[in-house]
Amino acid sequence: MLDQSTIDYTLHLADNALVLGHRNSEWTGHGPILEQDIALSNIALDLIGQARNFYQYAARLVNGRGVGSEPGKRGARVSEGPGEPSEVTEDTLAYLRDSWDFKNCLLVEQVNGDWAKTILRQFFFSAYQFYFYQSLQQSQDRELAAIAEKSYKEVTYHLRWSSEWVIRLGDGTTESHTRIKGALDQLWKFTGELFVPADYERTLAAKGVAVDVTGLRWLWDERVNDVFQQAQLVIPAAGWEQTGGKSGRHTEHLGYLLAEMQFLQRAYPGCEW
Amino acid sequence: MVDKKHIWSLLEQVNDPEVPVLSVVDLGIIRDVREEGPGVEVVLTPTYSGCPAMDAIRMNIRMVLLQNGLGDVKLTTILSPAWTTDWMSDRGKEKLKAYGIAPPLPSQQVCHPGLFQREEAVACPHCNSYHTTLISEFGSTACKSLYRCEDCQEPFDYFKCH
Repeated sequence: MLDQSTIDYTLHLADNALVLGHRNSEWTGHGPILEQDIALSNIALDLIGQARNFYQYAARLVNGRGVGSEPGKRGARVSEGPGEPSEVTEDTLAYLRDSWDFKNCLLVEQVNGDWAKTILRQFFFSAYQFYFYQSLQQSQDRELAAIAEKSYKEVTYHLRWSSEWVIRLGDGTTESHTRIKGALDQLWKFTGELFVPADYERTLAAKGVAVDVTGLRWLWDERVNDVFQQAQLVIPAAGWEQTGGKSGRHTEHLGYLLAEMQFLQRAYPGCEW
Repeated sequence: MVDKKHIWSLLEQVNDPEVPVLSVVDLGIIRDVREEGPGVEVVLTPTYSGCPAMDAIRMNIRMVLLQNGLGDVKLTTILSPAWTTDWMSDRGKEKLKAYGIAPPLPSQQVCHPGLFQREEAVACPHCNSYHTTLISEFGSTACKSLYRCEDCQEPFDYFKCH
């Protein structure tokens, strides 16, 4: 039997991929050189494709159990505008939920900043996704396992590309080192959240559906450490870690991102072109 | 009664819109053709999760089958097992090369090299030289990377091993 936890979890995975995909797409046409512009746009496309697979699955789950059957709950609740079909689709989930409904981790919604910050955000998240998808392939939920199997191959490229760039910048010039050091100071406090399970993750991990993210921490640390050593960077001492994104409490940046991404469907519901 | 062989031959007419020399059969994305009640079910798998050509491919499959009197078609997309370039036909690889795109190396070679390590030498599709350099791992589409031949100086796409 499927429950709200599976819907929340699937949306969490979809939102992670969509929000970072959208952030990366903001670089399209603005990359430092053409090849890297294309590289980041390709990564954006992979992430948005992964998001679509998760949203399509979430939509099936939502429709299967009836929309609005639990009116007091947030989760997959979808605002219904006039003239909208009652059936939930991947588009309603991406375009018509508010920021408090989004369950992405805080790391992926952080603004692009300079190239170094975009690279480091991608590296942190790709290293996470690499071990995460490896593990999700063993999920008891066959649909999630299949999406993980597909996505894992793509993330392998993202991790290699972003690792090489972290090393290039960290072990590059004084300027590039200063930039990526600055990015590290800004982003580090958002990485801890990746390994702190939300309620729906805890519930589903016990059933073998979700990945136990606490168990990924040492793998991620080891990978980050390895790349950081080559990049002349040092993992900061343990300090304050910001959490909340997975349960809908976001930094201010997500609202601006959604305002832009969702504008067309909000202003012209059902618009296609 | 559905003639599966006939349907496979019709699917040969449906090309990848991004790499028009390859049919969906050459690409290896058609995983099965089977009877579904009075109609037919075509099972396919995407190359990459975000490949924008998939929607067009699905529509074109429907169109070609419809033009041949097959209206009752169910298209099923599966994600597992995940697509690999090993499923590309040899004929497809030859067509790619003739088109100017270096075909994928078999995946038992270094498919996922370590940091700053490169895949084994990719032959230039124009002059066959192995004296080639990777420009970017990400090319004009998700499935390709960008190379340059150091002998004939031509840039070219490599359909990367996946």
